Amino acid sequence: MALARLFGNGQQETNDPYGAPGSGNSTYISVVTIVVILLGWWLATELELVRALFLPSPGLVFSKFLKIACYDHYMEAFLVFLGAQAEVVAECEGFSENPLHMHILWSLYRVFSSFLLAVVTAIPIGIAMGMNRVARGVFDPPIEFYRPIPPLAYLPLTIIWFGIGDFGKIFLIYLACFAPLAISARAGVRSCSIEQIHAAYSMGASRHQVLWHVVLKAALPEILTGMRIAIAFGWTTLVAAEMVAAKAGIGVMVLNAARFLATDIVFLGIVVIGLIAFFFDVLMRKVERLLVPWKGKA
Amino acid sequence: MTAILSLKDLGMVFASTTGGAGVTALEGVNLEFQPEEFVVALGASGCGKTTLLNVMAGFLQPTSGAILLHDSPITGPGRDRGVVFQKHALYPWLNVIENTAFGLKLQGVSAAERNATAEANLDLVGLSEFKSHPIYQLSGGMQQRVGLARALTTNPEILLMDEPLGALDAFTRETMQELILRVWSKTKKVVFFITHSVEEALFMATRLIVMSPRPGRITHEYDLDFCRRFFELGDARKIKADPDFIKMREEVLSIIYGEEIQE
Repeated sequence: MALARLFGNGQQETNDPYGAPGSGNSTYISVVTIVVILLGWWLATELELVRALFLPSPGLVFSKFLKIACYDHYMEAFLVFLGAQAEVVAECEGFSENPLHMHILWSLYRVFSSFLLAVVTAIPIGIAMGMNRVARGVFDPPIEFYRPIPPLAYLPLTIIWFGIGDFGKIFLIYLACFAPLAISARAGVRSCSIEQIHAAYSMGASRHQVLWHVVLKAALPEILTGMRIAIAFGWTTLVAAEMVAAKAGIGVMVLNAARFLATDIVFLGIVVIGLIAFFFDVLMRKVERLLVPWKGKA
Repeated sequence: MTAILSLKDLGMVFASTTGGAGVTALEGVNLEFQPEEFVVALGASGCGKTTLLNVMAGFLQPTSGAILLHDSPITGPGRDRGVVFQKHALYPWLNVIENTAFGLKLQGVSAAERNATAEANLDLVGLSEFKSHPIYQLSGGMQQRVGLARALTTNPEILLMDEPLGALDAFTRETMQELILRVWSKTKKVVFFITHSVEEALFMATRLIVMSPRPGRITHEYDLDFCRRFFELGDARKIKADPDFIKMREEVLSIIYGEEIQE
């Protein structure tokens, strides 16, 4: 019965055999999928089907997580802080000379500063492209040209131009975020109906007021979708950006671990990036529901 | 009586994009709007009704002839002419009363003042209890009532209505016809109303203009009083079933079909 509820298709659940295909809730199925993947991973390592070098066990990855995050160190420090009669003996080893949270903070700093820089530049440019044929003519060729090029291809160029400091890294991620933001803002400007524009004019709106009160508001849902896509592009570019001369960062951690064949840390880095990106997307969806509740309904 | 709005030998030719002869959407349209008139334009698709409304609203400039509002030519859209569209014209990011007060907000009227005006107009269309609702939760008929209240809030002299009931179901449509007539009799606005429905046109108009396509022009004009009878009797069904009404309906239908057959 429970299994039938899980895997029976949504149409049967809603008693609607001729409804739209693919309707129904899929949350339980996703939970089962995740459990099966974790179970398969654990089983494969437990039965030693694959060598730990290729596939470290979940337990190993978790213990590496505790070690790199300096769990013991901070736990002892926390107890001392609470007033326990003890000393902090456990050392904070971390990895690549930094504990996990420093890697995470560096990567967050790089991704989000690039993203914010892209938001404040790409969205106005995209809006200008949607509203003005000169702006469209100017910005369309460069954006469409560089957009499909993989960031790894122009990584050497950013190093030659900006050196090995943080600016080059941020610039690389910035470029990855820029195109989807500009394109979505441009498309968003077009999503407003001619009736909405005409109505504003016949209520005495100036051109400026139409742009501000009608066109920009109508563009908001597409812009927010663009932001979700852009931040995901930012994360996919992170490892490439941290390839050269970075001291800390999740990408650095993964690349250094690969050099030492520390597969468990590679796994850890991947999981951390995935989780951060996932939770940010959840947050953005909440923001969407708050800011543009009319999306898809009007 | 002086006309509020007059159209003199109005013509509209849309230039062809392929370089051939342009499309004549309107030709030789003469029309005068007297105070408190309810003018309905009726005609098959492509007869230039909507082009005519867009010219009157100021969204389009006519290619020949003149359009005068109190003897001064119309050069663009303005607050003196409120427009109600068929659909997709409300702002889903604003709620009902914010949509209604939008025009006053653009003018910089204070929140208290504009909300009071908006609420009075929402009351007129029977929506005051929905003033805080989001637009996308309303039915099609209620959305059109918001559109009407919104157009009234800037207090225009003329209401231009472009098939405002075209997207509604038949039952809502009949209720809305009565509602629009009541609003008209209370506000005394001049109304220009476009429709495809002969029955709707006859029921609502004080003056009916029948248009025909290629080129779009006015072929027939009638002065009608069915809406005034409705205010006396209060029963729309009775008027629409009246022999005079049916006779008129068949006459207008034969004009429209007659034109179609000629082609």
